[in-house]
Amino acid sequence: MGGTSSATMNLKLHVWRQSGPQSGGEMVTYEARDVSPDMSFLEMLDVVNERLIEAGNEPIAFDHDCREGICGMCGMMINGVAHGPEGGTTTCQLHMRHFEDGDEVWIEPWRSAAFPVVKDLVVDRSAFDRIVSAGGYISVNTGSAPDANEIPVPKVDADQAFDAAACIGCGACVAQCPNGAAQLFTSAKVAHLGVLPQGQPERWQRVMDMVTQMEAEGFGGCSNHYECEAVCPKEISTDFIARMNRDYLKATAKGRKASPGTGQSIGNG
Amino acid sequence: MALDSKVPVGDIETKWDDYRFDLKLVNPANKRKFDVIMVGTGLAGGSAAATLAELGYNVKAFCFQDSARRAHSIAAQGGINAAKNYQNDGDSVFRLFYDTVKGGDFRSREANVYRLAQVSVNIIDQCAAQGVPFAREYGGTLANRSFGGAQVSRTFYARGQTGQQLLLGCYSALSRQVQRGKVKMYPRTEMLDVVIVDGRARGIVVRDLITGRVTSHAADAVVLATGGYGNVFYLSTNAKGSNVTAAWRAHKRGALFANPCYTQIHPTCIPVSGDYQSKLTLMSESLRNDGRIWVPKKAGDERPPNQIPEDERDYYLERKYPSFGNLVPRDVASRNAKDVCDEGRGVGPGGLGVYLDFKDAIGRMGRKAIEERYGNLFQMYEKITGEDPYEVPMRIYPAVHYTMGGLWVDYNLMTNVPGLYAIGEANFSDHGANRLGASALMQGLADGYFVLPYTIGDYVSKHMGDKIGTDHAAFRDAEAAVAERVDKLLSIQGERTVDSFHRELGRLVWEYCGMARSESGLETALEKIPALREEFWSNLKVLGTGDSLNQSLEKAGRVADFFELAELMCRDALDRDESCGGHFRDEHQTDEGEAKRNDEDYQYVSAWEMGGDASSPTWKLHKEPLEFDYVKPSQRSYK
Ligand SMILES: Cc1cc2nc3c(=O)[nH]c(=O)nc-3n(C[C@H](O)[C@H](O)[C@H](O)COP(=O)(O)OP(=O)(O)OC[C@H]3O[C@@H](n4cnc5c(N)ncnc54)[C@H](O)[C@@H]3O)c2cc1C
Ligand code: FES
Repeated sequence: MGGTSSATMNLKLHVWRQSGPQSGGEMVTYEARDVSPDMSFLEMLDVVNERLIEAGNEPIAFDHDCREGICGMCGMMINGVAHGPEGGTTTCQLHMRHFEDGDEVWIEPWRSAAFPVVKDLVVDRSAFDRIVSAGGYISVNTGSAPDANEIPVPKVDADQAFDAAACIGCGACVAQCPNGAAQLFTSAKVAHLGVLPQGQPERWQRVMDMVTQMEAEGFGGCSNHYECEAVCPKEISTDFIARMNRDYLKATAKGRKASPGTGQSIGNG
Repeated sequence: MALDSKVPVGDIETKWDDYRFDLKLVNPANKRKFDVIMVGTGLAGGSAAATLAELGYNVKAFCFQDSARRAHSIAAQGGINAAKNYQNDGDSVFRLFYDTVKGGDFRSREANVYRLAQVSVNIIDQCAAQGVPFAREYGGTLANRSFGGAQVSRTFYARGQTGQQLLLGCYSALSRQVQRGKVKMYPRTEMLDVVIVDGRARGIVVRDLITGRVTSHAADAVVLATGGYGNVFYLSTNAKGSNVTAAWRAHKRGALFANPCYTQIHPTCIPVSGDYQSKLTLMSESLRNDGRIWVPKKAGDERPPNQIPEDERDYYLERKYPSFGNLVPRDVASRNAKDVCDEGRGVGPGGLGVYLDFKDAIGRMGRKAIEERYGNLFQMYEKITGEDPYEVPMRIYPAVHYTMGGLWVDYNLMTNVPGLYAIGEANFSDHGANRLGASALMQGLADGYFVLPYTIGDYVSKHMGDKIGTDHAAFRDAEAAVAERVDKLLSIQGERTVDSFHRELGRLVWEYCGMARSESGLETALEKIPALREEFWSNLKVLGTGDSLNQSLEKAGRVADFFELAELMCRDALDRDESCGGHFRDEHQTDEGEAKRNDEDYQYVSAWEMGGDASSPTWKLHKEPLEFDYVKPSQRSYK
């Protein structure tokens, strides 16, 4: 019965350690002893960190917050796979029962030109915020909205919008993509707003601005590897990328140009 | 100090509208001249920052996560209440108001709650317009579900991720203002002090979590939207970073802290699995719409659930509360779970769990319907426990979830420190001694979209042209104090890690100031907590430096504040010699084991003022009497 498994295991971890953005890094090996299969991956790292501190060594820095797969804060490459071996799972939701005694585990930060390393496993994902700022919204000031039931939304559209809106902005898609492309992230937001009736007035300008910003941030181009979809903890579909590409072409055909000021990366430096 | 709640006179139904009309307005050209600091970008802070910026104010917004989108509001699952009466089942503003006052066990301010119920309807309109993908009926209209403590269906939801979708709505509105240059975002930045000049809040001191730099920001008003303090218990459903620090530093600078002992224990969380446990995961209350809660009738029954026949199961909530059944309010559901476990009828490891069973619902509606409603919750459960809840009942146990207490605020959401506001879970205002499900999201967004943006204008307009900069000596002093504290934490170089202290503190608070409290227990806690705090300050081990990303150092600062808060919680719980809502004193229960209030002596808000020094803080109690003109206090009954 889950929650009661008792046999513990010992693992060997190889972890990327880097003291700051400017410094070089290296893989360092640690023993993780007496790991319970009911621990989450991050709880396993907590235990390793407690022991590191007790021995006088600085703990491994990693981002995390909600620890229930929704804030998008956690994320690391685990044996070369963003968020590790289980599909549809964030690192914080990955449990040690998916590992075996004696396993070696390689743990590295997201690797992407657009996500510079801050420290150890922590990276800077602020490029995502700038993509959303470029147009990922419906312009409606507080207080100016009509009664919510005045704009009926067909259930299928609401469901599709939700599927896209489920993105947690963790960056696994970028980390796994051989090109470091951000198409899955960007297209999810474009689709979420683009399928809803409320999102129609800004549909073409939005796609133009968000894609322009994405390109300015140093992400690579999409060449249909589909690895993003495979690692996405929310299983967001690459169909949204195709949809975004179509919308982008239409916007171009309609003569839309990026809004002034869009497409300037304020950089990560 | 006389506490003035500033509740306007007049009929409750028209009070807010009349008051709003009388508030001093700031003309659009002048709004540009005012700067507002928003600490926190959850539902409360995000909505307030976006709205203030739309109105023309210059906003600086701060959060400790790497993006505004990650505030812990993101984790809210079940839904948000609003008195839309779309189901035509008899809901109304008055009924939502009534349910909330009653649910809060008559320890909230009627006028605030009424306003909350009123603006609830605007929230849904606003969020739908922003593109929040709420659940819909096939006809395209919005769908609803029921939550505890209500007999109408008024909860709006987006699958099991309502908080995420509402927060992304807020975040998009905020992002739009970032693009317009009206909001400047400071992620990975922690507020560590409020700067007060001549009695008014004039700015904050922050630490950049990446570089460790300590700097100041000045403004015309400061708003704290920094969430709840449930992590004082170490194990809670809050995010790991959730903390009391911002509110606590304000408290240390004179802001009163109200009802700290009112904490909510949520009945449906996944039970603890081991010592390494770092947090607890909620299983949304909405599951109680379709799941049935039971334990074996016999103590010590070790059979697997599917082998226990119907007539040997005790569906104890349905048995004891026939009219609300599994949908009784949280405090009632939690205490009942504790009681059956205390009787030895708990299930799972250590006997600390009860079943939440979907077998009947799956039989009635089919697996697909259940999947549609709760798919992500079931998946979450399976990931954590390795068990499939479509096949075996979930095991659940109560866990700390929400804090009704917080900074004391008046009707304007201003603390007793002029110019310092508190919104969302960080204030104490609307939920009394117990919050109803789906009402925190409502309150955060009510405060942020529809209340604060009006009330703040009245204050700033009275101080037009009165600017000070961060070169003022008060800023220098506060920065120096912050830097000194950082150095102090790094210089102790003792033997124990921050987490080991935090765990021990959490166990103390859970044991003595958790689901049930008693005079002797609280007195024990009041000896143990200061002793452990002393050890913390002499035996803490934080490695690394203050001038780079140092997560242990961040935690240490937060745990230091939890130590002081924990003491105040116990003092408050001791002072409140009655039971009400989430505050259950063993000495005060009805014959049936329900919370027994003492309205004669305790119908007030406890607002605490801090004094003393760092090693031995003291507190003075101020009371705000509560009056009930519209909902007559009665013994709550959900039978
Ligand atoms: C698991 C879970 C499920 C829930 N489900 C529901 C539900 O279904 N319905 C419902 O109504 N309620 C629910 N709640 C409650 C509700 O989600 C919260 O009460 C509400 O979202 C709090 O919003 P907030 O804006 O006040 O705070 P938060 O969203 O917690 O935001 C706090 C903000 O303050 C910032 N901050 C904090 N301290 C500092 C500092 N010192 N310096 C700088 N920034 C700081 C953080 O970075 C963050 O941006 C749930 C809560 C939890 C934990
Ligand atoms: S910590 Fe929030 S998604 Fe993993």
